[in-house]
Amino acid sequence: MSHLLREFAPITEVAWGLIDEEARERLTPALAARKLVDFGGPHGWEYSATNLGRAQGLPDPPAAGLTAAQRRVLPVVELRAPFSLSRDELRDADRGAADVDLDALDDAALCMATAENRAVFHGWEAAGITGIAQASTHEPIQLGDDCERYPRHVARAVEALLSVGVAGPYGLALGPEPYTRVLETTEHGGYPLLEHLRKIVAGPLVWAPGVQGAVVVSLRGGDFLLEVGEDLSIGYDAHDDRTIQLYLVQSFTFRVATSEAALALTP
Amino acid sequence: MGFDQYHEPASELPDRTRTAARLCASLTEEAEAIGWYEQRLAVESDREARAIMRDAQGEEFKHFCMALEFLLRRDPLWREIAEGILFQEGDIVEHGEEAEEEAVEEAATRGAPVAGSTSLGIGSLRDGAA
Repeated sequence: MSHLLREFAPITEVAWGLIDEEARERLTPALAARKLVDFGGPHGWEYSATNLGRAQGLPDPPAAGLTAAQRRVLPVVELRAPFSLSRDELRDADRGAADVDLDALDDAALCMATAENRAVFHGWEAAGITGIAQASTHEPIQLGDDCERYPRHVARAVEALLSVGVAGPYGLALGPEPYTRVLETTEHGGYPLLEHLRKIVAGPLVWAPGVQGAVVVSLRGGDFLLEVGEDLSIGYDAHDDRTIQLYLVQSFTFRVATSEAALALTP
Repeated sequence: MGFDQYHEPASELPDRTRTAARLCASLTEEAEAIGWYEQRLAVESDREARAIMRDAQGEEFKHFCMALEFLLRRDPLWREIAEGILFQEGDIVEHGEEAEEEAVEEAATRGAPVAGSTSLGIGSLRDGAA
């Protein structure tokens, strides 16, 4: 039995299948970071830290004439998004209902994906994570509200990366507001702005809830690493006669290896 | 009644793993039956008896293939390795080595779940990783 304790939940195999599938469907479009950065793992729930390959000198070793150093690691963080489902709804799922209410799961999935994106792109100080936008050594470019200028801003970002030897293709993570603006906009001649931006970066343009503005990142690999212990899973907490308390969980950490391989476009 | 297909306490195994274990046991039994019929056919001279045995062996071929297909559908890594070996012309061992190497490498790139994990199996979503 795993730490998720799924076997203790009063949930049938059919209903578990529905819950897991719904979670995948809701998480996949929103997990922007996983579409742009390198992925390590999953290493399992027991995995606790990533090796940084560095050591820090320690003063006052226990005996004279020695030097001492302590290895530096980046501990994984556990992120948990609790949610509650109605037992009546899950019984209806067993009967074959096609419109089972899983809204609480949908909310938890979006919350989890947003948190992952935010940690990767903007950092999480308490967890020791420096985000891509934070780490970038390039001067940020202001994106603004004028969509017609987006191609110019993104092209400048690509040029800045090229000028320091960071090769493409590149990807563009767009926060929800600029993403919607891009989708709504066609340029003179009716050409979709989305396609124009894709051509400039020569890579994907992704919807990134949790991202402020946008971030252009190199996809050449080796620059950004999302290291996952337990990959996104659903576990069981408790139940009563009306509801079942479940949670989405994952453990991960993130580090930037090449700080000049991305450029932030501020809102 | 014995439950020899389990090597770990059945109560600790998830439903999916128990189903896979049952089908693995079926696969073994079907392969054994195919072998038994092969031996009987080799020594039987009565034409009518041989026809019955050959017909029965055909049933076992079918059962074996259905069980195998079920298992391959449930395990993407197994399926990928099988695709590199089955119905290919040429050196079987060579195909096996290549298929295993490519499939394992690709699984690692896309962040395939740890064996026995009940995670959602999302892993990496980069193009070319899935």
